[in-house]
Amino acid sequence: MTAEPRFRRVARFVSPADRGFAAVVYAGSILFALLIVGLFVELVLGSWPSIVKFGPAFIFSSSWDPITSKFGALPMIFGTVMTSLIAIVLAAFIGIMAAVFLADFAPRWLGQPLSFLIELLAAVPSVVYGLWGLFVLAPFMRTTLGPALQHVLGWTPLFSGPIYGVGLLTGGIILALMIVPTVTAISRDVIVAIPRDLREASMALGSTKWETAMRVVLPAARVGIFGACVLALGRALGETIAVTMVIGNRPEISSSLFAPSYTLASVIANEFTEATTSIYTSALIELGLILFLVSMVVNALARLMIWSVRGSERV
Amino acid sequence: MAQSASRNRNLARRRIIGGLGVGVALTCAVIGAVCLLIILGYVIVQGAGAINRDFLTQLPHPVGVPGGGVGNGILGTFIILGLATAMAVPIGLLTGIYLSLFGRGPIPEGLRFLSDVLSGVPSIAIGLFAYAVLVAPLRHFSAFSASFAFMMLMLPLLVRTSEQAIRSVPQTVREGALALGMSNFRATVQIVIPTAMPAIITALLLAIARVIGETAPLLFTAFGSQFWETNPNKPMAVLALQVFTYAISPYPNWQAQAWGGALLLIGAVFVLSLGARLMLRRAMRGLEA
Repeated sequence: MTAEPRFRRVARFVSPADRGFAAVVYAGSILFALLIVGLFVELVLGSWPSIVKFGPAFIFSSSWDPITSKFGALPMIFGTVMTSLIAIVLAAFIGIMAAVFLADFAPRWLGQPLSFLIELLAAVPSVVYGLWGLFVLAPFMRTTLGPALQHVLGWTPLFSGPIYGVGLLTGGIILALMIVPTVTAISRDVIVAIPRDLREASMALGSTKWETAMRVVLPAARVGIFGACVLALGRALGETIAVTMVIGNRPEISSSLFAPSYTLASVIANEFTEATTSIYTSALIELGLILFLVSMVVNALARLMIWSVRGSERV
Repeated sequence: MAQSASRNRNLARRRIIGGLGVGVALTCAVIGAVCLLIILGYVIVQGAGAINRDFLTQLPHPVGVPGGGVGNGILGTFIILGLATAMAVPIGLLTGIYLSLFGRGPIPEGLRFLSDVLSGVPSIAIGLFAYAVLVAPLRHFSAFSASFAFMMLMLPLLVRTSEQAIRSVPQTVREGALALGMSNFRATVQIVIPTAMPAIITALLLAIARVIGETAPLLFTAFGSQFWETNPNKPMAVLALQVFTYAISPYPNWQAQAWGGALLLIGAVFVLSLGARLMLRRAMRGLEA
């Protein structure tokens, strides 16, 4: 960073070849910026007919009826929020605990292979999770996990009703599996970056290693860890294929976690090529626009938090 | 004495809590790893049975006819990834060079912000964009529009990494080249970028690993095909899309092939990730030397 001013003086472009080079570099960067701006503009343009026709009521209406051309996003917003919440609650606990273990307690011979495995988990394609969810997790939910949960918690509306196997809870669990690696990997980096002095001071005052981890290291790392969770939440919100395969695809709002539902992303995936009227297509694109805006806000928030801990280094 | 005994008991209690806590943390780490092993195990066991020579080289058979394969999807994956890489590398590299040379000020900062925004955009929204600019105006699905979507997905990682890689080439290297009379252009292209190359290739491998199993944008860009399609202006079969279509189909034969396709995808992703790791090690060594 300190070399920057000198750098700029060196990087001045004078000769014709340099000018040409600079022009190409500028052109590439401008093209890159245009692509991103274009993405936003196209989404707005595509959803404009729907925005004009339905207005803000689009977000609060729960009818999704292609035949009468009445479209409202509420069931999908509900499904997206619920699956993502289930996912982040499960993934945050497991991921943060795993990160604490990997950063502060694991012996090298165990920590490195475990970290490696968990990082590989992050690279497994979404469609593979979906396949596994559809053929393994959903039947398991229908025959074993669902009835067991209902047996214990069936008196609450959350766990009542018929169990289809596919539904909100299955979607949430698949999402949790997909974002645990994100939470773990970033949280571990943040925890490792906490200065040794803090740990040593805490141990010198007589804390056990566990007390140090819980009461000194975690509070010091909390902003970064929170950022990791929000980043993972952003991934969960936009995740498409795996959820589409296990959510049940029904645009309804139900109090039961076993009920089939729909998410913003999966309704686009399922219905976009079948949309027969232009207002139908436009309504689907507006769902995409909502998804785009929400994940943009969530991601910006997450990155701000992670930077504030890691300094200038970016994620 | 009594006080010291109670203190000892207190310490013992705290140690037990600590032990339990570490146990919980260990369990969580193990759960994460075991989940991967279970998923991996299923895909390997179910997928290995489906993979044979026909599966890799044949066209899909019609419903009800046993046999057939995903050869056209594998070919399509290569074509679409190749095109996407050919578009993403120049744009990503040029933007990376720009950011590393003119790193400060509102414009580069704005560009970095845009790049971060793009990295968080759900792939399905990027698919909608590709549809809006390349499918809707031409009124037909095409492999090229899928490449375009993949390019958008690959760009943020390429931009960010090539910026950092070029920036981490020591300033003395560039100054040495300039002192020998090279123009800035030649110094950048012939000295700085080759030094940063291993890191850039690492990023490229990771970017390809990220998109190779990506399915959502393909639904309304590449769309899929039953034939050996090599024309990027036509709808094309893609492996990830075939896995999805076969998985949600009601035919056991197709479902078995979906597992086979999933195994191929995981294999490709793991090979790419391992390759990226090896490349990164080389990059580190190159910078130390």
